Amino acid sequence: MIKKSFIGLAKPRLMYETLESLLPEPQNIAIPEKVTLLLETDPALLSGGQGSIKEKDKVKTGQKLTLSEQNAEYVIATVTGTISSITPFVGNFGKQYVAISIATASDEEINDDFAKVAKKNSFNGIRDFLLSCPGGIPSPLFSDNRGNVKTLVVCGIDKDMLITTSQHMVKADMNSIKDGIDILKKATKAEKIIFVVPRHLQHEASAADASIKIIDLQYPSALPRMIMKDVLGQVVPAGRSCEDLGVFFISAEAAASIGTAFKNAVIPLNKKITVIKKDGTATVVSARIGTPLSNIFNALNINLNERDRIILGGPMTGSTVYSADHPVLPDTDAVIIQDSLAIPSVSDYPCINCGECIRMCPVNVPINMLVRLLEAGLYQEAADEYDLMACIDCGLCAYVCPAKIPIFQYIKLAKYELARLQIEEEA
Amino acid sequence: MINAKKFTVSHAPFWHDGSGISSRSYNTMIAALPAIIAGLLLYGMPALAVVCLSISSAMIWELLMNLATRRPISIGDGNAGVIGILLAMLLPAGTPWWIVITGTFFAVVIGKEIYGGIGSNPFNPVVVAIAILMVSWKNFFDFDQALLNYDLNFVMVYPLAALKHFGTSAIDGFTICDLLMGKQMGGIGSTFGLGIIIGGIYLIIRGIIRWEISVSFLAGIFITALLFNISDPARFAGPFFHMLTGYTLIGVFFLATEDSSSPVNFIPMLIYGAGAGVMTVLIRNIGIYIDGVIFAILVMNLLNPILDKIRPRAIGKVG
Repeated sequence: MIKKSFIGLAKPRLMYETLESLLPEPQNIAIPEKVTLLLETDPALLSGGQGSIKEKDKVKTGQKLTLSEQNAEYVIATVTGTISSITPFVGNFGKQYVAISIATASDEEINDDFAKVAKKNSFNGIRDFLLSCPGGIPSPLFSDNRGNVKTLVVCGIDKDMLITTSQHMVKADMNSIKDGIDILKKATKAEKIIFVVPRHLQHEASAADASIKIIDLQYPSALPRMIMKDVLGQVVPAGRSCEDLGVFFISAEAAASIGTAFKNAVIPLNKKITVIKKDGTATVVSARIGTPLSNIFNALNINLNERDRIILGGPMTGSTVYSADHPVLPDTDAVIIQDSLAIPSVSDYPCINCGECIRMCPVNVPINMLVRLLEAGLYQEAADEYDLMACIDCGLCAYVCPAKIPIFQYIKLAKYELARLQIEEEA
Repeated sequence: MINAKKFTVSHAPFWHDGSGISSRSYNTMIAALPAIIAGLLLYGMPALAVVCLSISSAMIWELLMNLATRRPISIGDGNAGVIGILLAMLLPAGTPWWIVITGTFFAVVIGKEIYGGIGSNPFNPVVVAIAILMVSWKNFFDFDQALLNYDLNFVMVYPLAALKHFGTSAIDGFTICDLLMGKQMGGIGSTFGLGIIIGGIYLIIRGIIRWEISVSFLAGIFITALLFNISDPARFAGPFFHMLTGYTLIGVFFLATEDSSSPVNFIPMLIYGAGAGVMTVLIRNIGIYIDGVIFAILVMNLLNPILDKIRPRAIGKVG
């Protein structure tokens, strides 16, 4: 954890981790006895009983699993075996999933549906098989409104600190990224493809047929909205998303997955994950999507104690999970283990108006006023008067707050509540 | 699942820079020490009694309010201690015990707790308390009278009072060096200019007070006092005299910079500081009060919410 320096007048500079030297190969995690895949869809579909998959079904590696024919959402089975359970699962902020567990069989068989489609049409190949590939591809990029994709940004640097998964991909598998970018260019018909990398990876990245942009190494410059502002020179208006402006982001790993998938006509299944242990050392591992985290911990000899914290993602923007059996997801770029003694506390102290957050905020949100409204639950007023929606979700305000107010949580909750109210109003 | 380990689940960010309200308070106290120690050496036990009584009574008032309002005990954050220490710095040595206790009551209860505690006070609690005391018991704040029993090795008149009543000819005896070294009458911790400046710079470097306020406050005093001095050198003292006497320095570094009652945006901080500086000299030179710092800060505290509306446009703001 980076502490405030003695000279508090200077703003803390939080830097992204850099991978300078060539790395050892990522440690492979053995295929687990059971994988769990999270299908992002409404669990109400389960009750119909008409599902195209059910418990005790046999599935092959690479097989597409959907709840019903009409339902477009799918996950790809990452192992061969028998479906052992299909249950609803609720994620952060009430996000609904269906968790599909597969008991692994001893022999692996590959389903060749993708191979057939891939030859004919790369757009359909990605849309129908690769959205849940390692790295994860945002589904709006491959929804039917083709032609809306103006700019595609491939990120060769991870959004949050400590994570080196994307940089690892650029160093280790630039050829696949290059192929992936070529395929993406054809499939999405994007007018422009931009590959953002840190300066030390400029040479490697120049192989790709995309315009290479260098990104500053100070957090939060690799967050999508900051890339929009600093690299593309386009400020995202409050309340709108990058996608609204026709700009889509995918990770270098996803590009590499696409490249590998079409080259070998097999769906890639192994996710690269930066695992950061309690002592701060990082290891890159490669595990099947759906592997329970506990398998990774066992392989790396990580002991977990009561009240430790398991974080998926980075220290600023990640999310915690309550179980060590949580599966690896397509976008799980990092797993951080925080010792219970190292967890900073939060408090219900009021804002003391010290102005630290104002100095830290990269987009000039008046957080000292905003947090007062958010504490009182005045979300609409907060959005109207104090720029709630201009927030880029970097978490720096809560990082520097001496009163230890969970400001970022208040902001996320407010945004969630406003979105919920909007949906209710429209309905 | 029943036997599974329980993990801590909470929202991002998972790091914190380790700053805290209590460390801010304790650092403020450390910064106040040079000036206080100088005052104690000068005035001896009566000054020590005032300081101790002020700190302890401020903390007791806070504790009583916590109990009365059934809120968590908050004396551990050190804010009440800071209020007590700052109030004592403004009082003359030998202030009667009941004035000290009334003062801390006004500061902690009327100045802070009734608004909801730390962070919610519209005015600096210490300044509110001193203003009430000054208006209510004028004689105890007449330093010439309060410190009558002391005969130290420097001119035993309160510089600002001498200036007010007799013009600049009366202050010829004060050199800048003497004023800076604390060879002047005044509050226990408000005369040793050098010590206060060292404390202030420490707070600025640690990032606990906002330098913009202090610098613009001094600039406001300097420019206004200079203009007055040029217009009538016989009546109005020069800028350095104003900067080193009365409550100026303690106001600049410890009072005007109080978090809750001062702005946080850059331009408002400059206006706030400069406004307080200008008001200070105006009150001293053409107002009826001898020292204007307290009332100047109160007026600027009042303007703070309006001033702080001047803020940079949020990036991405619509409309």
